[in-house]
Amino acid sequence: MTNISEFSLTKLASGIKKKDFTSEEVTKTFINNSKKSKKLNAYITECFDDAIESAKNFDKKKDYKGLLSGIPIAVKDLFCTKNIKTTAGSKILHNFIPTYESTVTNKLWSEGAFLLGKLNCDEFAMGSSNETSFFGNVINPFGDKLVPGGSSGGSASALAADLTPGTVGTDTGGSIRQPASFTGTVGLKPTYGRCSRWGIVAFASSLDQAGPMTKNVEDCALLLQAMAGYDSKDSTSVDIKVENYSSKLTDKAKGLKIGIPKEYRVDNMPAEIDKLWKKGIDFLKDAGAIIKNISLPHTKYALPSYYIVAPAEASSNLARYDGVKYGHRSKGNNLVEMYENTRSEGFGDEVKRRILIGTYVLSSGYYDAYYLKAQKIRQLIKNDFDKVFYDVDAILTPSTPSAAFKIGEKKDDPVSMYLNDIFTVPVNLAGLPAISVPAGYDKNNLPLGLQLVGKPFDEQTILNLALAIEKRANFKRKINVWWN
Amino acid sequence: MSIDKDTVKHISKLARISLDEKKISSLSKDLSSIMKFIEKLNELNTDKVTPLTSIINASLKSREDEVKDGKIRDQILKNSPEKNEEFFVVPKVVE
Repeated sequence: MTNISEFSLTKLASGIKKKDFTSEEVTKTFINNSKKSKKLNAYITECFDDAIESAKNFDKKKDYKGLLSGIPIAVKDLFCTKNIKTTAGSKILHNFIPTYESTVTNKLWSEGAFLLGKLNCDEFAMGSSNETSFFGNVINPFGDKLVPGGSSGGSASALAADLTPGTVGTDTGGSIRQPASFTGTVGLKPTYGRCSRWGIVAFASSLDQAGPMTKNVEDCALLLQAMAGYDSKDSTSVDIKVENYSSKLTDKAKGLKIGIPKEYRVDNMPAEIDKLWKKGIDFLKDAGAIIKNISLPHTKYALPSYYIVAPAEASSNLARYDGVKYGHRSKGNNLVEMYENTRSEGFGDEVKRRILIGTYVLSSGYYDAYYLKAQKIRQLIKNDFDKVFYDVDAILTPSTPSAAFKIGEKKDDPVSMYLNDIFTVPVNLAGLPAISVPAGYDKNNLPLGLQLVGKPFDEQTILNLALAIEKRANFKRKINVWWN
Repeated sequence: MSIDKDTVKHISKLARISLDEKKISSLSKDLSSIMKFIEKLNELNTDKVTPLTSIINASLKSREDEVKDGKIRDQILKNSPEKNEEFFVVPKVVE
């Protein structure tokens, strides 16, 4: 028998239902893999004993009603989990134990899943390589010197290494799609408002969205269905019916119009990424789609506006970490000194950089020049997308401008690190859904992904198109297990 | 625009983050390069553009103003680094 940890989430859920194997067997297999994976550093907190207990209880009760009955799932450590430490990858929350559960994780548990552990991520989700975590770098299963991408790096690494059958991440500027691309996995950022943000440690509230990360597109549809939906506790969540994504999933794209934006053909883009993009176009043509050249003229302004909007919102959101109500506290001779020392010791370098940039662009006299200007450009970027979506049903682009890079390679140059998210950031600024699907390898045998961007709340179309690519690309994750 | 050391000191004060001299120097360099990157936006005239206020077209829902939770003082205090019965404790503010 093939090791069941290599099975897809869908196959595991149906296998448990059909009693091919028990939840306990499944859970123990993933725990076993996870215990041997220390070199990847994917976990911050392991909940293995509780997971086995939950699996045993499930096997006794045999309640197969949920979409994820009997499935253990590890999640990004940005989701608050009741009575389980939640750190956001930061020293300032190293001892924080929420007394409540995030809506998204709660939904997973009500579908019959249970928590396997909390996965490493960039500190407060600020990073593209998982090198800013207080709990150390996460390693990409594709090579011991490679980053897994970020900020959902622990999630991507755990998924690719078969430590969890599926996982949830968050995406503010590419934090689900870029690590998915770097690890040969599927990652979807839903439309802003599709999933509740309640109980997720906030980074930039107008951009943050939770989303599924899975081994294939079918699993992605299943997990999205489990986590999506309106929540009265998040006023920005939208009350629109959640589709039955799984049952409507099809790889047929007959008559669908796909836009290819010329602005995404950037300078210095490796030839193999361009080649992959062309391959993706051929796959979609083969599935019956019609290809159209389109223009998104303000694309080049997306990253600079993002680096005003995101830090500005972060500086406000992170003002709550003051050493008084929860988290790390340092000593000080007076209240202000205590605040300043707490925040100096508690936050890492990248978080400090972003808080300071955010404070600067919002400070007196600069608001109009920076924040207001960025919000105007954000409107122009959104208009670009609105306009092309009159003509096309979805947009195809590469997910990232390169494959996974080496640890340390971009760490000392913040701007070169930011450029990683050049294809993913515009989507967050416009609040659109987008998926990254693995489509091939580069010359070093590292996976590369393609991104499909959809109309608001049309996750179904991008899932279908991703399936069309997945079937034709016939992508196989080729990983030697070197970390045991 | 470059961010000199005095500006770094000023904004770090506003953000309540203490920094030593070495950190101030390295941040001045980093923040300047980030601001230089951001300056690309200046080439675009946006005088006639209305700034974006929301990316979702849905209007906010209203609801009855009723108390649905409460009596969770112990939960709220649970993670406090320093507390005294039902209060958060901070360094003395008034003499």
